[in-house]
Amino acid sequence: MSFYRAHVLVCAGTNCALKGSQAVRERLVSELEGRGLGAEVKVVETGCFGLCEEGPTVVVYPEGVLYCRVTPDDVPELVEEHLLKGRRLERLIYRQPVEKAVQTVPQMDFFRGQVRVVLRNCGVIDPESIEEYIAQGGYQALGKALTEMTPADVVAELKASGLRGRGGAGFPTGLKWEFAARAKGDVKYVVCNADEGEPGTFKDRLILEGDPHSVIEGMTIAAYAVGAKKGYVYIRGEYALSIERLETALKQARKMGLLGRDIFGSGLEFDIEVRVGAGAYVCGEETALFESLEGGRGEPRLKPPYPTDVGLFGKPTVINNVETLANVAPIISHGAKWYRTLGTEGSPGTKVFTLTGDIVNEGLIEVPMGITLREVIYGIGGGIPEGRGFKMAQTGGTSGGCLPAELLDVPMDYDELAKVGSALGSGALLIMDDTHCIVDIARVFSRFFEHESCGKCVPCREGTMRLHEIMTRITTGEATPKDIENLEALARTMAAACLCPLGQAAPVPVMTTFKYFREEYDAHIKEKRCPTGTCRALASPAVSLAAGKGV
Amino acid sequence: MSNVKLTINGTQVEVPAGSTILQAAEKAGVRIPTLCHHPDQDIKGVCRVCVVEVEKSRTLQAACAFPVAEGMVVRTNTPAVREARKVIVELMLSRHPQDCLGCARNMKCELQALAQELGIRDVRFSRREKDLPRDTSTPSLVRDPSKCIVCRRCVYTCSEVQGVGALFPAYRGHEAVVVPAYDNPMIDVVCSLCGQCVHACPVGAITEHDDTEEVWEALADPEKHVVVQTAPAIRATLGEEAGLPAGTLVTGKMVAALRRLGFDRVFDTDFTADLTIMEEGSELIHRLTTGGTLPLLTSCSPGWIKFIEHFFPELLPNVSTCKSPQQMFGALAKTYYAEKFGIDPAKVFVVSIMPCTAKKFEAARPEMNSSGYRDVDVVLTSRELGRMFRQAGIDFDRLEEEEFDKPLGLSTGAAAIFGATGGVMEAALRTAYELVTKKELENLDFVEVRGMKAIKEATIDLDGTKLNVAVAHGLANAKELMERISRGEGDYHFVEIMACPGGCIGGGGQPIRTTNAVREQRIDAIYREDRRMPIRKSHENPAIKQIYEDFLGEPLGEKSHHLLHTHYTPRKRV
Amino acid sequence: MAREVKKAVDTALVDKIVAKHRTREGALLPVLREVQDSLGYLPQEALERVALGLGLSLSRVYGVATFYSLFYTRPKGRYMVRVCESAPCHVQGAQEVIDALIRELGVSFGETTPDGRFTLEKVSCLGVCGVAPAVMIEDRVYGNLTPESVVAVIQEYR
Ligand SMILES: Cc1cc2nc3c(=O)[nH]c(=O)nc-3n(C[C@H](O)[C@H](O)[C@H](O)COP(=O)(O)O)c2cc1C
Ligand code: SF4
Ligand code: SF4
Ligand code: SF4
Ligand code: SF4
Ligand code: SF4
Ligand code: SF4
Ligand code: SF4
Ligand code: FES
Ligand code: FES
Ligand code: FES
Repeated sequence: MSFYRAHVLVCAGTNCALKGSQAVRERLVSELEGRGLGAEVKVVETGCFGLCEEGPTVVVYPEGVLYCRVTPDDVPELVEEHLLKGRRLERLIYRQPVEKAVQTVPQMDFFRGQVRVVLRNCGVIDPESIEEYIAQGGYQALGKALTEMTPADVVAELKASGLRGRGGAGFPTGLKWEFAARAKGDVKYVVCNADEGEPGTFKDRLILEGDPHSVIEGMTIAAYAVGAKKGYVYIRGEYALSIERLETALKQARKMGLLGRDIFGSGLEFDIEVRVGAGAYVCGEETALFESLEGGRGEPRLKPPYPTDVGLFGKPTVINNVETLANVAPIISHGAKWYRTLGTEGSPGTKVFTLTGDIVNEGLIEVPMGITLREVIYGIGGGIPEGRGFKMAQTGGTSGGCLPAELLDVPMDYDELAKVGSALGSGALLIMDDTHCIVDIARVFSRFFEHESCGKCVPCREGTMRLHEIMTRITTGEATPKDIENLEALARTMAAACLCPLGQAAPVPVMTTFKYFREEYDAHIKEKRCPTGTCRALASPAVSLAAGKGV
Repeated sequence: MSNVKLTINGTQVEVPAGSTILQAAEKAGVRIPTLCHHPDQDIKGVCRVCVVEVEKSRTLQAACAFPVAEGMVVRTNTPAVREARKVIVELMLSRHPQDCLGCARNMKCELQALAQELGIRDVRFSRREKDLPRDTSTPSLVRDPSKCIVCRRCVYTCSEVQGVGALFPAYRGHEAVVVPAYDNPMIDVVCSLCGQCVHACPVGAITEHDDTEEVWEALADPEKHVVVQTAPAIRATLGEEAGLPAGTLVTGKMVAALRRLGFDRVFDTDFTADLTIMEEGSELIHRLTTGGTLPLLTSCSPGWIKFIEHFFPELLPNVSTCKSPQQMFGALAKTYYAEKFGIDPAKVFVVSIMPCTAKKFEAARPEMNSSGYRDVDVVLTSRELGRMFRQAGIDFDRLEEEEFDKPLGLSTGAAAIFGATGGVMEAALRTAYELVTKKELENLDFVEVRGMKAIKEATIDLDGTKLNVAVAHGLANAKELMERISRGEGDYHFVEIMACPGGCIGGGGQPIRTTNAVREQRIDAIYREDRRMPIRKSHENPAIKQIYEDFLGEPLGEKSHHLLHTHYTPRKRV
Repeated sequence: MAREVKKAVDTALVDKIVAKHRTREGALLPVLREVQDSLGYLPQEALERVALGLGLSLSRVYGVATFYSLFYTRPKGRYMVRVCESAPCHVQGAQEVIDALIRELGVSFGETTPDGRFTLEKVSCLGVCGVAPAVMIEDRVYGNLTPESVVAVIQEYR
């Protein structure tokens, strides 16, 4: 690699791309060329920094200065000031919500609370360059696993690390691999679940866009551990850039002999194929994903049998989430002991969260497990815009629970969130301020499930429709107390009797809002009044105008 | 296999490992309600009506799907279980038309029974009935998707048992329905019209096309001479419509009841079944001796005929040109019979009582009018006939037995067994052996071709000539056999196919409910009938000899060719 | 990119696509995707070729195609406008954006404008919730929309 005195990293994540980062990059390249800096300063496209709200984002190294909301027109000045004169361009520098001093990356509150294991390379390397991945220590873990460890050692290390699946269910990854390794049969599969359809979740997309090799390396280690020759990445159809980056990375890995026959001279044979989904949230459920990959309707299967015994094409299969797999290489490289220094006893390691809704820093963060909701929202997340009041946080995406202000100090890990009736889930975090109506948002959740139920089993097929129907009646003032009784019976039935977790979880957001925000439901049902003025059928004009939500 | 012990409602039971909770509960004498479960099908686990509590399980579990484990503790009647079942059934009912009184499945409907069993009184959800168009495009079946509860039982039957795949779940969520591709009318798809999906369906979403009104009208019309023929399989099943147990033979009572309904003559399709053996047997011998296309495939099952026209048109030259016994009967009733008794054939109205929905389609085929009229005017299934008996107030069980009218009512044991899988083959072999070898057959029972085994094969020695035969019932088995033949395997000379599992005793028009266990009982009855008959070989039927002498001349002759043989039409494969 | 909806179905092209994927396990979805890319939607004539080529029943192929929201078995407008209406977008004002879209296009969900240019559809989440509210037109995503900006976006496609 040739030596550059400076690197300019331009975020090419989808969020920034939508805000025009491509034009910024082109302008940078031409500007540098024009000034004869082409050989000194390298422009690198990277994955998401996590600060998508402030995009397009640009970081200049070695100083590590982060510039936000950069437009092509800003570029000449940026090159002039920072790269020629060595001065920071004040007006574009990232500012903390409460205007404070100029920041470089490591000093910012946004990054200070974060620990980057999964996102170690995101925003640091060019995701289209395998050389840069390797320069950051990439594929060393695979080398170590193949040359110094037996498959059983790998499984043991994963088990010791306590890594739990990041796709939502939190199942211990090592244990899953062990089951698959023990399962009979010479054909086995490793599948990466990149379907990511949970509203409010886009971490897997940004990992794949920003550091695709970390997932490939994780899958290859998994293949070695369980004895699989073929892997699939099932990725949702909307993720065009992730698909492209992944395909590029796979080509590079094959070319370097990191995929294919006899990897690292160890005799391991493994390759990965990308399969693209076609728009169905339920295909994120592992057995529905298999059905879809096999060419069917993406309907969940009955369990047992479990995927590690009877999975894809009826063969023993390990299926893991993108983020789970991105954790594997660091665990193998640094060991289970190191991994356990992060996070909590029951949920070791870090978790990537996507912050959405009424929060200053919408975007992607990675923090140790066990951090409180308050720290995430008010520390890293920068709080609620315009100083408005906090109303609720939904953890785990649309199938997660909705937590009120009293629970802001709950530690974020699998077990603690389960205790308060919610879930860590996919790591989506939706924050809502006090101008929004809780009943209205619960209606929106239920509409999601009505739309995404696969329709295979009765309680979910019909129940999601009824949930939405009753919620709509409440927000339009047509509900009676009898509806609440029915809602509760329906919720109990769905949670207990639906075939798969989609239907089982569908009532969760509704029932947690019901539990924690009962007064607001009562206002709608008994007084026919929407306290925030959001529900149009109930809002008196004066109220709705005041809340700025009128029609 | 090893056994496991578990506790169900406090009682210990021991069942083989791999059993489901439902199977274990049955053993423990505990009834668990089901809906999507069907004893002859794979586990689906979609209706969730059978949920039970399993200790240490986070959720309830579907008893029909969940495997037992050592030490498992199951409770089937707790408040949580009762509530879930009720809510689930109410969810279905709230979207289901309230049509029981006018529904073909009234009193025989599993959803209705379930609602009663669970004691449902109020449905807590608002009425949002499905309102989808009824499909009456075929003469055989009526599909009412508004009544469909998406249990997928018909999908299993149509794809796995019949190998057709005319129906499949489409769309998603609460819009999910089971439909033909592109919601096309059934007449435009690859459906064989076998009606097996009717037996699969727990509700009235697929039923036979009801033609009883036309028959009532004909019976009331003094101008019409109404004759009826009853298929071989009916006498072994019709009793079930009158509440008699499966496997009861009701030949004589059936004849009596048909007379009470007012038919002018009560004839028997068994007569033309014997005739079919003469024609088809001769065709086989002809093909064997002249190097014709082999194997010869039987042609008397119209479900099978429509299937092969769609899926194996290249094998149509193998199919016997013989019409089915029903159609032979119709052609002769309006020619031979009318002539012989001096009745204006235009006034003869032929009704057939069939096990079969496909027969309705067969009778309507444009080529089936060689008598100069539509050969068979109306086809009724055994279910429709049962309904007519009830409407007419005929107390079936109390009738004295009566005899068929002559001459089209005379038949043999060989014809009787047409109603069961392997029967046509066995009847043909009894005749072919004696015609070819000119020797008397010692043992009439060809047990190798009997019974519910998927594909049956046998080799018969006709005095040195080895005849390889195969029998398949159920169209998926037929498909398998056709694929073997296409690959050049088997070296068969003669192949019998019946579209329906078990043959016509399991036909799509037979009494509800038809399961494989019921089929076995009906098959037993068929072979009882055979043993009971004084004559058991088609070529020894005196009425058959007479019709060749008086009217037809000889098998495969000019007249036979015109009246008793037909041709086929290739159809689209998808 | 606009999807061109071709009138007569080029069955030879469909056969070629089927032949290309036939030997892959679970070929149906990749085939449907490619057929739709070239024909604009999945007409019966095309799926008949797919069913024959892959040895599947047409009802199954149809059942699979209608399961996924990115497959269309009926012709659609030239531009698919897919609006996210999930919670993260909703909290950021998706409802107002949807209202503006419905006003601007004059059609509601599932409908196509009379000139055949736009079909409006709702989707669950586009995975770009970081820039909510979001809309996808064909394969381009637009984020941080307001009732005003979404109208401007539509104007680009007029
Ligand atoms: C309705 C539903 C949707 C899901 N969606 C996803 C998804 O988009 N991505 C994912 O990784 N896991 C998803 N899961 C979880 C998977 O079923 C499975 O548990 C996971 O892929 C296993 O990987 P892990 O152990 O690494 O978490 C979903 C589960 C359900 C029930
Ligand atoms: S719970 Fe919902 S998504 Fe899951 S199988 Fe049942 S209908 Fe399908
Ligand atoms: S299908 Fe059953 S429940 Fe429905 S109307 Fe008919 S008899 Fe009644
Ligand atoms: S069962 Fe009830 S609803 Fe039906 S006819 Fe009798 S009284 Fe009426
Ligand atoms: S009649 Fe037979 S072929 Fe037709 S849909 Fe029913 S089961 Fe399938
Ligand atoms: S038609 Fe009948 S058998 Fe088929 S899915 Fe519907 S209810 Fe079930
Ligand atoms: S095959 Fe069936 S329908 Fe045909 S004659 Fe025999 S019993 Fe009747
Ligand atoms: S086997 Fe019998 S009942 Fe079934 S289609 Fe053939 S003739 Fe009809
Ligand atoms: S996509 Fe650029 S910072 Fe997230
Ligand atoms: S009978 Fe068990 S789920 Fe339907
Ligand atoms: S919620 Fe709208 S894009 Fe994810």
